[in-house]
Amino acid sequence: MSDAMIRLREVTKTYPGTSAPAVDALDLTIDRGEIVTLVGPSGCGKTTTLKMINRIIEPTSGTITVDGVDVTSRPAHELRRGIGYVIQQIGLLPHKTIEQNLVTVPRLLGWDDTRMRDRAHELMDMMDLDDGLLSRYPSELSGGQRQRVGVARALAADPPVLLMDEPFGAVDPIVRRRLQQQLLDLQAELGKTIVFVTHDIDEATTLGDRVAVLKVGGTLAQYATPRELLSKPADAFVVDFLGDERMLRRLSLLTIDDLDYEEGPVVPASADVTTARRAADAYDANWVGVTDHDDLRGWLWTSELVAGTPVGDHDTRPFRVRVKPGDTLRTALDAIVSSHNNVAVVQDGDTYLGMLFLEQVTGELLA
Amino acid sequence: MSAATDVLHTLLAPMPAPLVGQERPLVDWEWIADNVPLIWDATLEHIVLTVVSVAIGMAVSLLLTLAALRWRRLYGGILAVGGVLYSIPSLAAFAFLVPIFGIGPAAAVIALSTYTVLILVRNIMTGLDGVSPDTIEAARGQGYTERQIVLGVQLPLALPVMMAGLRVATVTVIGLVTVTSLIGQGGLGQLILTGVRLLPPLPVMIVVGTVLSVVLAVAFDLSLVGLTRILTPWTARERRS
Repeated sequence: MSDAMIRLREVTKTYPGTSAPAVDALDLTIDRGEIVTLVGPSGCGKTTTLKMINRIIEPTSGTITVDGVDVTSRPAHELRRGIGYVIQQIGLLPHKTIEQNLVTVPRLLGWDDTRMRDRAHELMDMMDLDDGLLSRYPSELSGGQRQRVGVARALAADPPVLLMDEPFGAVDPIVRRRLQQQLLDLQAELGKTIVFVTHDIDEATTLGDRVAVLKVGGTLAQYATPRELLSKPADAFVVDFLGDERMLRRLSLLTIDDLDYEEGPVVPASADVTTARRAADAYDANWVGVTDHDDLRGWLWTSELVAGTPVGDHDTRPFRVRVKPGDTLRTALDAIVSSHNNVAVVQDGDTYLGMLFLEQVTGELLA
Repeated sequence: MSAATDVLHTLLAPMPAPLVGQERPLVDWEWIADNVPLIWDATLEHIVLTVVSVAIGMAVSLLLTLAALRWRRLYGGILAVGGVLYSIPSLAAFAFLVPIFGIGPAAAVIALSTYTVLILVRNIMTGLDGVSPDTIEAARGQGYTERQIVLGVQLPLALPVMMAGLRVATVTVIGLVTVTSLIGQGGLGQLILTGVRLLPPLPVMIVVGTVLSVVLAVAFDLSLVGLTRILTPWTARERRS
């Protein structure tokens, strides 16, 4: 059951003085509580599309509804107070303190002072920002801090919809990763409807519940979940846009939990050599792993087994690379190719869970 | 036309005797001590003419700029007319205004305000144009009305540039006030003009008028620098960091 929050119908935007439309008869439905990323090369109309939703740009034709209501049915400034808006340049008001910036929309909505002050503190807490920054001016903050204030400002009046225009485009990759994760964490808690414009396909697939790929000229090339997009690109344009590492990108969308990993050629320390050889043979392996209760102690070559001695009395080599069930298949692949035995050991804390073989990962890719 | 003719007569009056070689000292403390009320009145008049002219000029400039923001086509026209007016020699401007407004403070204030407007309009517009479009778009995106954007975002952010313009305008007007002595006003200019016209000239009057005029200009300028810091605390933090 889908529950449309934002719906664009036959929306066209032609800028004055140009013949080709920037957005051409676009139909797009965004469901309540999902993050939809708009992605595409420059000139594909992704930003124009976003800005038509809060009427920063007015469409030439077509209708846009938010929560079932036509956006043109009330004054633009009233509409905008109900929609969070974050842009790449952030656009904090330089002459106002962080606190004043945060409560921009609440002030426009006429909240009282106490409620605004409480909200400002709440937002700082939500964004992991120090309360001491509240009395500072934007120029005194780092880029990453400013961007978080920008996101917090958009959330201040708790709007159901957030529009974000390349919000993390101007920060360095490490900060960007952190901001993306923070946005996902927040979203898990808040369940907003978010439209997020980016030109970075990785960002689009990382953040989006669905990804809308736009072509130059403002038409929709494909609108799908990241997994579907990466496994079944609709046409050559999408394949090209997804780039050479499409398969690897797919791996970063899947977690180890998505696969059935196996027990592996592993025996308890108390097992005898015959049992150990049989376990290795079952996996067509020339090595065997040794467990101590829940813990995987290490491994040794089958050629090193000495008859009559329990497996646990042999010297073992440690598994150097271990992964967690929540890690992505991309991480698992990295672990596999950097191990001696071509497996990734899956472990939850100290508890050994199983092993993931290269064939399983490639099998998933080709599925 | 008689008033204008008077002014012209003043302008074309025979050159007074040169100061050089005069017995009378440049700094005559005795004369100063005897004429404190005269000096005080002249200073006060100078300040009043300056403040009134600049205040009127500021108000008119703000209105013109807001109009230009509303009707963008006015912008070029205002600047063009302003540029032409600004190039008229101040003496001539006073001469032209006297027949219309007579000899008196009105003509002086109008002429002085006009110069203020010419300086300020340009500065205010530059200041407003200097506000980042991203900041304006963000404000609009948060739900500011167009009016709130002008009053709450553009004007405050243009303040540093506007205040710089105000300083230039104020210092310029303090200098120009002395010229209005030719139409019977002039504040400290009266002291200077009288000092020049007396036979033989009285150099101490010229010196007192000039020095006080300079002191006024410096005092006003420094006060405006202080005022700017108070009004734009965010730029102070930028300077520090």
